[in-house]
Amino acid sequence: MAVVPILSALIVLPLAGAVLLLLVRTRGHERDAFIQWTALGVSLAEFALSLWMWSRFDPASADFQMVERVDWIPSFGIQYAVGVDGISLFLVVLTAFLTPLALLGSWRSVHRKVREFSFFMLALESAMVGVFLSLDMFLFYVFWDAMLIPMYFLIGIWGYERRVYAAVKFILYTMAGSVLMLVAILTVAYLHSVATGAYSFDYEAWLNLALPRQTQVWLFLAFAVAFAIKVPLFPFHTWLPDAHVEAPTAGSVILAGVLLKMGTYGLLRFAFPLFPDAAVYFAPYLATLAVIGIVYGALVAMVQPDMKKLVAYSSVSHLGFVVLGITAMNIQGVQGAVFQMLSHGVSTGALFLIVGMLSDRRHTRLIAEFGGLKHVAPRLVAAFFIITLASIGLPGLNGFVGEFLILFGAFQWNPVLTTVAASGVILSAVYMLWMFQRVNYGAVTNPKNEGMQDLDTRETWVLWPAIAMAVFMGVAPWVFLEPMTPAVTRIIARMAEAEPATVVRVPAAAGAEEGTGPFPGEVVEKGPVPFSSSR
Amino acid sequence: MSIIGPALNGIIPVICVTLAGLACLLAEAFRRRDERMPIGGLGAIGLAGAAAAVVLLWGRRAESFGVVRADDFGLFVQMVLLGVGLLTLVFSPKAIERDSLPAGEYYALVLFAIAGMMLMAVATDLLVIFLALEVFSLALYVLTGLRRHEYSSTEGAFKYFVLGGFASAFFLYGIAFTYGLVGSTHLDRVASAVQAQALSGNPLLLVAMGLLLVGLAFKVAAVPFHMWTPDAYEAAPTVITGFMSTAVKAAGFAVFVRVFLLALEPLRAEWMPVVWVLAVCTMVLGSVVGVAQTNLKRMLAYSSIAHGGYLLVAVIAGGDMGKASILFYLVVYAITNVGAFAVLALLSTRDAPMEHLDDYRGLWHSNPAIAGLLTIFLLSLGGFPPTAGFVAKWFVFSAAVGAGQFSLAIIGVLTSVVSVFFYLRIVVMMYMAEKRDTASPPRVPRPALAALSLSAAVLFYLGVLPTRVLELAARSVAGMF
Repeated sequence: MAVVPILSALIVLPLAGAVLLLLVRTRGHERDAFIQWTALGVSLAEFALSLWMWSRFDPASADFQMVERVDWIPSFGIQYAVGVDGISLFLVVLTAFLTPLALLGSWRSVHRKVREFSFFMLALESAMVGVFLSLDMFLFYVFWDAMLIPMYFLIGIWGYERRVYAAVKFILYTMAGSVLMLVAILTVAYLHSVATGAYSFDYEAWLNLALPRQTQVWLFLAFAVAFAIKVPLFPFHTWLPDAHVEAPTAGSVILAGVLLKMGTYGLLRFAFPLFPDAAVYFAPYLATLAVIGIVYGALVAMVQPDMKKLVAYSSVSHLGFVVLGITAMNIQGVQGAVFQMLSHGVSTGALFLIVGMLSDRRHTRLIAEFGGLKHVAPRLVAAFFIITLASIGLPGLNGFVGEFLILFGAFQWNPVLTTVAASGVILSAVYMLWMFQRVNYGAVTNPKNEGMQDLDTRETWVLWPAIAMAVFMGVAPWVFLEPMTPAVTRIIARMAEAEPATVVRVPAAAGAEEGTGPFPGEVVEKGPVPFSSSR
Repeated sequence: MSIIGPALNGIIPVICVTLAGLACLLAEAFRRRDERMPIGGLGAIGLAGAAAAVVLLWGRRAESFGVVRADDFGLFVQMVLLGVGLLTLVFSPKAIERDSLPAGEYYALVLFAIAGMMLMAVATDLLVIFLALEVFSLALYVLTGLRRHEYSSTEGAFKYFVLGGFASAFFLYGIAFTYGLVGSTHLDRVASAVQAQALSGNPLLLVAMGLLLVGLAFKVAAVPFHMWTPDAYEAAPTVITGFMSTAVKAAGFAVFVRVFLLALEPLRAEWMPVVWVLAVCTMVLGSVVGVAQTNLKRMLAYSSIAHGGYLLVAVIAGGDMGKASILFYLVVYAITNVGAFAVLALLSTRDAPMEHLDDYRGLWHSNPAIAGLLTIFLLSLGGFPPTAGFVAKWFVFSAAVGAGQFSLAIIGVLTSVVSVFFYLRIVVMMYMAEKRDTASPPRVPRPALAALSLSAAVLFYLGVLPTRVLELAARSVAGMF
């Protein structure tokens, strides 16, 4: 449909840049600088391209747009099919937004094997964009699995002390979940061939497949486990603290910023709409796990002596909100979930960058080693403060919108769980502010901190975009909420058709009706909700 | 078309390779003591000629003497074997030099082994299959023990020989029982007798089937008939290990398909449970025991046992899809495994055998190209996209799911995760461990490096655009009977 294959360009550009880097011949420091600038240039071009995609996106349509389809392995009905809708749109933009920041953020800290580092970062970006844009399940799985390799190398080579353990744990955990999804994918394709006579891995063809409830249960479980490990949902989260803490700054930024979103994206895009009956059945269980994750993550974060580990556990907590929003399956919940994915990407990405800067300066991340930084590095602390507030969800900043919408949506569905989840908001304020206070306020007790440098130009450029984005998302959420409304409504309408006996949510007609008009975030916040629960 | 008569058409490729083997022997006989002779080149010419013959025979379904049928399936397997052979020849000179192996015998034995396997791939009579099996087995026994100055080599070869002799005897017994029941050893007759259900309920048929299965399972190293594998693989010169682990499986699974998926297909209900158990044991043991290995040759030996398990999964899946996935898997596995073993072989010197995991510490820093290539092979063995190993596994498990074998598919994918662990151990050593000594690794000859790079490129090609080879595989199994 598109004149320019813009989505393919988005997938190919970083990879092409990565391969180009391998061809650079010169040696020494000049080469490293050249490689860093080239990688940054490629990732900025990718960001520009993603903005262009946004500008061409039609926010009123619920369909996949800019779709490209080419037969790939015709005998099995495998296609190269990519497309973007309101949900994947911003996740792609987020990926393209964070990659340059991560590259720029590790300008100094990575001085060993710079070329390979940049290669893996760009290859990773390609795979991540591919995951969000794939409309063919084979293609999706290829990107999903291929993404593990660059991340594995990033953690394992450029990480901290226990990097090998963390890298292997990361890859094995993720694979163990995803191979089960592989069998499920193969099964659905087979069932498709039984139903229609031809194999197909096309997402939209799968949506038309009426699967028996019992089959759905197994398939949903296989998908859900794969995604739950990625999110990570309690109790599958144990790989995350290791991977986050041991990864280099850029790896942590991408892990927290984008990779975790693949799990929630997968739940929302695949697990729920493809197997709606099973999803409705399992939603309360998922939500319970999510709420346990919210509280547990927050409590564990509170007692962490290591800043990076604290941020890592806070991710478990924040991603619990996202899953809760998805399981609520009403417009506020799901919109909030998608918004929270974006805002968590921005604020946690920035937090990891800041922790990385502190760690570059002091070669430690222990909270006890710091204290009184506001006297020595006021600009850094100012940035730190804004991002901290964004992370705890201060109104006016990005974190608030997502959490509010999620809690609002979830409350209509399950007030008890939501009440427990809401305590996570308070707990996040506790652990974040307490950490911030111990690191930045008081007197400079540790003499090693006295000569600490404030932000330099490069670091300012790393943090400014993130702060600006946090503020922008906080004051103008409709910019993001409006384009995703049709796509979200489409999924909710589909879920509403699920087995009536267990449906406690929106009637289908209301969902469809809502899809016709724009539904900006501000309207949601005022609360004249056409969707009331059937309770 | 042929001067000698059309009856020979079907075996022209085999003849080419055999003649090349004889030429190598002759060349060695007339070589002066210190004269350098490109004997490997002779072999390469023979293989190239055979490959040309295979291409010309494609689609003709040439029959020879009523016992050889060069159908597309057999020719496809022959092509795989020729590819493996050619790669083996390219990687051999350095190994021969390192262990001061007798070049002429070495090449002749490799070529005779290939000739035997190629015959096995197109044979339609059980006796000819047995003959072919013995031809390549004998050659391989000798090749395994070719490093005469090493005790371990002799030990492995002896083990392989004794156990292999047993297995051959089992296979022969199976043939005898089959003959006793059907009155013929020709697979077509066996098939029609089974089809006519003349033998249903005859317990002797089960005995015959069981004995044939044992013989074949031994050759493809299926658990519990795998005991010889790690020892023999460790004993053989590393290049030969790569050759053995791939070519034997290709020939063995060709026979598996002809015997079990064609002739004995109507009796699926009888043999399937047994093969099912074999497949599960093979996958589980191969990957789990592989985790405990620190010697790379043994590790890869267990890895190839596990891969044999995946091929058995495809046998159980059966049907056109299962057969096609066997062929595709064989292509991918052959390229990958030969490549991986070749890297090991090329890195080892007389002083540093480079067989222990620790020898690979920091290889990336001293030799990034080789480390990169080995990584690609290992990732393909582990089944990561976008390498061909992923597509191969995808189609095997796709066939299994299509045949309703869900539990087998689940066990398969989970064991593949386990095996990823030990492939990654090597990667960890190469990239993430610091180098201890500063000894620089040996220089890798250019032709070998080019062949490895080409193999890696083919793996990416088949991983991204597998369609053509897949369809070729699908077409070549379509017209088997």
